[in-house]
Amino acid sequence: MDLNLPILEIKNLKASINNNEILQSLNLTVNRGEIHAIMGPNGSGKSTFSKIIAGHPAYEVLDGDIIFKGSSILDLDPEERSHLGIFLAFQYPIEIPGVSNEDFLRLAYNSKQKFLNKPEVDPIEFFSIINEKLKLVNMSSIFLSRNVNEGFSGGEKKRNEILQMILLESELSILDETDSGLDIDALKIISKGINTFMDSNKAIILITHYQRLLDYIKPDYVHVMQNGKIIKTGTAELAKELEIKGYEWLN
Amino acid sequence: MNQSNKTLNNKITKLVNQPYKYGFSTTIEKDIIEKGLNEKVIRLLSKKKNEPKFLLEFRLKAYKKWNEMSCPEWAQLKFSEINYQDVIYYSAPKIKKKLDSLDEVDPELLETFNKLGISLTEQKRLTNVAVDAVFDSVSIATTFKKELAEYGVIFSSISEAVHDYAGLIEKYLGTVVPIGDNYFSALNSAVFTDGSFCYIPKDVICPLDLSTYFRINDEKSGQFERTLIIAEENSQVSYLEGCTAPQYDNNQLHAAIVELIALDNATIKYSTVQNWYSGDQKGQGGVYNFVTKRGLCAGNSSKISWTQVETGSSITWKYPSCLLVGDNAQGEFYSVALTNNYQQADTGTKMVHIGKNTRSRIVSKGISAGNSKNTYRGFVNINKKAIGARNYSQCDSLLIGNASNSNTFPFISVRNCTTKIEHEASTSKIGEEQIFYFLQRGISIEKGIELMISGFCREVFTELPLEFASEADRLLSLKLEGSVG
Repeated sequence: MDLNLPILEIKNLKASINNNEILQSLNLTVNRGEIHAIMGPNGSGKSTFSKIIAGHPAYEVLDGDIIFKGSSILDLDPEERSHLGIFLAFQYPIEIPGVSNEDFLRLAYNSKQKFLNKPEVDPIEFFSIINEKLKLVNMSSIFLSRNVNEGFSGGEKKRNEILQMILLESELSILDETDSGLDIDALKIISKGINTFMDSNKAIILITHYQRLLDYIKPDYVHVMQNGKIIKTGTAELAKELEIKGYEWLN
Repeated sequence: MNQSNKTLNNKITKLVNQPYKYGFSTTIEKDIIEKGLNEKVIRLLSKKKNEPKFLLEFRLKAYKKWNEMSCPEWAQLKFSEINYQDVIYYSAPKIKKKLDSLDEVDPELLETFNKLGISLTEQKRLTNVAVDAVFDSVSIATTFKKELAEYGVIFSSISEAVHDYAGLIEKYLGTVVPIGDNYFSALNSAVFTDGSFCYIPKDVICPLDLSTYFRINDEKSGQFERTLIIAEENSQVSYLEGCTAPQYDNNQLHAAIVELIALDNATIKYSTVQNWYSGDQKGQGGVYNFVTKRGLCAGNSSKISWTQVETGSSITWKYPSCLLVGDNAQGEFYSVALTNNYQQADTGTKMVHIGKNTRSRIVSKGISAGNSKNTYRGFVNINKKAIGARNYSQCDSLLIGNASNSNTFPFISVRNCTTKIEHEASTSKIGEEQIFYFLQRGISIEKGIELMISGFCREVFTELPLEFASEADRLLSLKLEGSVG
């Protein structure tokens, strides 16, 4: 694998849901070691964009291509994309009644192991693996016995997402408004977890409304999305400017 | 709905439509009474089985009752009228001489049960379960009889018990489910052919789990089995029941009765994994399953616990119930009912509280997929004298897909003010977003659904005896997992 290739290349992507075109000729290139922030007003297509990369079946790609690590992933199922190293931290993590977090995490971990032709781990082995990761997001092991996201507070749900990202060693992580609904302490914990996880081999796309998150996680690029297109790209300075002037300023 | 959405739904559909594994039939020489039902058939049946007079009278009385009754229509079930004259009421593999050992059982039959995972031969028997194997109308073999006899435990086919323990049969048969209790119990009482009989003497804890395996083989024959379990004072027994049938285009009729009697301080645990053929994806064929199961907690602190996993049958009509007559008696009902395609299940329980401080617990889990209909129907009846009675009911439904249907009809009647009743119910759906969440984490649809189903059923599965818990998992697997083709 050529590590100098962009990890993600989105070319002229057009996509729709229920015949509503949501993305219009979207272009974006992300290299390993980079953190990109995508900002933009409500309804600009940010969440759609993240779900399309992860392969959500409700969206239809009309034109363009998504190239991940050198090959198109348009024909791949969501679980194949996941195995290749794409992770989506959900804006609203789903509750799964009756399924313990531990079973869920172990199954996810073992699915990845299997894909990599590595041995699957038993519950005892897994417990020591997950315990190490729990520390990175300040979660107690009590979380493991609770049902997936069921009765979790907003902050706990988001931490659980970051825990999964770390566990699955994802190469491209898309964090969809992971900061929304977090108090300042939780934001710090999550940011610390993300910064520890990030290295020169990985890439992160942060979707956010607030400059606040970018004080803790320094983006290499900031993009502004509007009407399903990236209309401006800049550095961290751009986010600060937006904070003061609002999106209207760009029009 | 767009294309990829359809693909996901197709995948789910494929997943819940695993082929039925037990659909084969066995070719074997049979002794049959021509199809049709009349007094002559009943007399002939009774004669073939060489039954004592009281039983023939019991049958004739039931037949008369049945003729006066009509098929109940209150259930949430739709099916075409059953032509009772088109059913074979007696079909038995031909046996040339009396069987003294299993070596003399037709190898074809042993092979059939082997294929079903039930080994009757000495070497391969399940070590801690005694099995009575019933094939169409007769019991083929009962294992561990001698070993059980050392404890005074009687475990035999009901046909044999009618001869060997006529006194017990005459005393108890039809006492818990009276002949005229309902249309199907009257029919069963008139024509039942075989089933199991268990008797646990006073102060004995049955050393093995007892089990009956029912197999309908003949295309046209009905299976009308009858099970009677008596647990004397301070005794305990765990009983398991399993069933399968071949795959035919037309419907087979199964109308069984199970009667349980627990005396003072006795405990009976009755578990069923029902996997009759459920019909094909268009709803053609499958077993009509009309069963009356009832337990009598006759004494002080008697306890009866029903656990059922219902996965098969095109029609299920079944309400395992408890009559809590003795003071401090306890009744339990744990159920998982899974329906798919065009299956219809109307199942639940009745808890009748008569004694003081009687307690009952109901946990019902309904899973509906495809175009199926899944109904919970419960009746908790607390009588005037049942001072201090308590009931807890929980009814959860899980829907898979957009076309399945789930109903809950809990009925509670309380006639004294010292009673405590709790009722909880929930309906959930395995939705697209949940599945996408699994997929995004690299977990396949089948693994994801398996995990959700097993989580949903956990409270019931933990009630199953160990031997059956894995069987139940396997059954639900057959219905809901497997490769996404």
